[in-house]
Amino acid sequence: MTVESTAARKPRRSSTGGAKRAGAKKAAPQKSTEPELVQLLTPEGKRVENAQYESYVADITPQELRGLYRDMVLTRRFDAEATSLQRQGELGLWASLLGQEAAQIGSGRATRDDDYVFPTYREHGVAWCRGVDPTNLLGMFRGVNNGGWDPNSNNFHLYTIVIGAQTLHAAGYAMGVAKDGADSAVIAYFGDGASSQGDVAESFTFSAVYNAPVVFFCQNNQWAISEPTERQTRVPLYQRAQGYGFPGVRVDGNDVLAVLAVTKWALERARAGEGPALIEAFTYRMGAHTTSDDPSKYRNDDERVAWEAKDPILRLRAYLESEGHADEGFFAELDEESEALGKRVREVVRAMPDPDLMAIFEHAYADGHALVDEERAQFAAYQASFADAPEGGEGK
Amino acid sequence: MAVQKLPIAKAINESLRTALENDPKVLVMGEDVGKLGGVFRVTDGLQKDFGEERVIDTPLAESGIVGTAIGLALRGYRPVVEIQFDGFVFPAYDQIVTQLAKMHARALGKIKMPVVIRIPYGGGIGAVEHHSESPEALFAHVAGLKVVSPSNAGDAYWMMQQAIQSDDPVIFFEPKRRYWDKGEVDKEAIPGPLHKAVVAREGSDLTLAAYGPMVKVCLEAAAAAEEEGKSLEVLDLRSMSPIDFDAVQASVERTRRLVVVHEAPVFLGTGAEIAARITERCFYHLEAPVLRVGGYHAPYPPARLEEEYLPGLDRVLDAVDRSLAY
Repeated sequence: MTVESTAARKPRRSSTGGAKRAGAKKAAPQKSTEPELVQLLTPEGKRVENAQYESYVADITPQELRGLYRDMVLTRRFDAEATSLQRQGELGLWASLLGQEAAQIGSGRATRDDDYVFPTYREHGVAWCRGVDPTNLLGMFRGVNNGGWDPNSNNFHLYTIVIGAQTLHAAGYAMGVAKDGADSAVIAYFGDGASSQGDVAESFTFSAVYNAPVVFFCQNNQWAISEPTERQTRVPLYQRAQGYGFPGVRVDGNDVLAVLAVTKWALERARAGEGPALIEAFTYRMGAHTTSDDPSKYRNDDERVAWEAKDPILRLRAYLESEGHADEGFFAELDEESEALGKRVREVVRAMPDPDLMAIFEHAYADGHALVDEERAQFAAYQASFADAPEGGEGK
Repeated sequence: MAVQKLPIAKAINESLRTALENDPKVLVMGEDVGKLGGVFRVTDGLQKDFGEERVIDTPLAESGIVGTAIGLALRGYRPVVEIQFDGFVFPAYDQIVTQLAKMHARALGKIKMPVVIRIPYGGGIGAVEHHSESPEALFAHVAGLKVVSPSNAGDAYWMMQQAIQSDDPVIFFEPKRRYWDKGEVDKEAIPGPLHKAVVAREGSDLTLAAYGPMVKVCLEAAAAAEEEGKSLEVLDLRSMSPIDFDAVQASVERTRRLVVVHEAPVFLGTGAEIAARITERCFYHLEAPVLRVGGYHAPYPPARLEEEYLPGLDRVLDAVDRSLAY
């Protein structure tokens, strides 16, 4: 990979003349203009060749391309529904993936069933690829559980909220895969903010020294809540890999084809015993960090508008249409499927029952614990003491 | 053959060996646990016999050790992790508290976390800073963790066996200043439950409750008190989470007086919890308030001062006298 610092030194802002500090500051979130990244589909939907990664998608069929498009559209629809549900009070919080569909679908579709995925809390698109029912993701955001799915059903681990912690779990899991002599791979998701966490650095170290079959997939969506990537790093994130002794590559995170190709490459080399790799998917968080966030406090809307032109769904649609890979019927059918998904998600969420009160104590321990038993009994007796209370009191 | 006289360190070593032999999923991992056999030689010879794939020298990063152990457990392994010293565990505290302790519950019981974290703890060896601490309450406070500490070689062997067999994460505090104390280990015995307290010495006037390194101090105090005509019962708690309150209660109902002894600071410590619970359970049996003997609310002192900081025989007997004076 070429270091981009030479490009970054060009006085790009000279045309603004008296640009001064304020102007420079305003321009800063534009990042390093166009970073060197692997791209197979331009923002306009033109197919470009990349000698190194071409072979990983060379045999992709029109049907598979339509499949990627469908995945992205349905994921975006699900995400929008979840945002609406939060606005209507049905969810306590939602972390939208808007804008990151290609990074997630491309990488998720590169995984094999026997691979294992360690997500952050925003990998709704990857969950979709793994076959996790999207409504399962909503339990924790509605507040009816703190995770709620069986990670081993789809080899998709629980969402992890403490930033970066899951990368170590991925490294350890991959060490176990290697010990078992299996040819599966592991993929760990994290973000540009997480790249500052010690756990991420330690996971790089552990997987490097044990040559563990893990792919580190960083979605650089440019913002860690209010902090730009410049607050996390002085070098492009993919270059961090070099210091640990494994390859790093930056891919256009809004190009589903390029993400698919690069992730396949990384997973295949991991399966072949060649150790870890770091992928930096250069993308953009189009929405707020979560529904509790207000990006207008810290970022310029021009930036979002600029990234809209690189939309991952539009560019694949342009490609499908220009190649004649999809007709009006396909898009119309997908629209219907999309609305049906939204409707189903809404119905399932609104019907999600509150957990039983005694669930507080369930699964605190696998083998039981005397104090939990004692407190459970006390709590049950306390609750039972209200059984004869008249209606209309404080309780519901 | 069945009964051997072993130091605690060797008893743990034998227990790890047994576990490695019996279950191919058991792994031993930590800093210097391989070739060196650990800085206390607790894992001495294990890598030689079981190989680098099962007795793993790790990078020097505690969060990484525990975090990868979690990943290995998710893959079906049963890692036994060594943290080199008590004061070095805190880089891993996040992984232990936010990940290890909660994962079983977050998965609604679908996954288990059979991870043992061994921590040599406590003072009395003249060590430098961060090598003499007793942080057990910081772990016992966390739901999802179990916390134990053996006081003798026999318990060290069997409690380690049981900790490794546990499907819950166990923080296993090893009383480092007792590592070389010998005791009987019967590998063919049928051990009692891991989280049950044991009466280490019977008595009728007052109960001393302790665990780990302080059990020996309490036994010595009971012997000294006997010469003064006082009969002290010594209860070896063995487990700080869960605490065997039934055993403490049963003892206090007989003796009517309780002193809890630990090296850790008394403020919000194990003794505080026991005092509160036993006051609730035994209010009408108690002849005196539950007293605590332990460390002070100050950083662990330089080694030249630790003899005075640590509860010794005289401080225990001072509390005994105060209790009996009520």
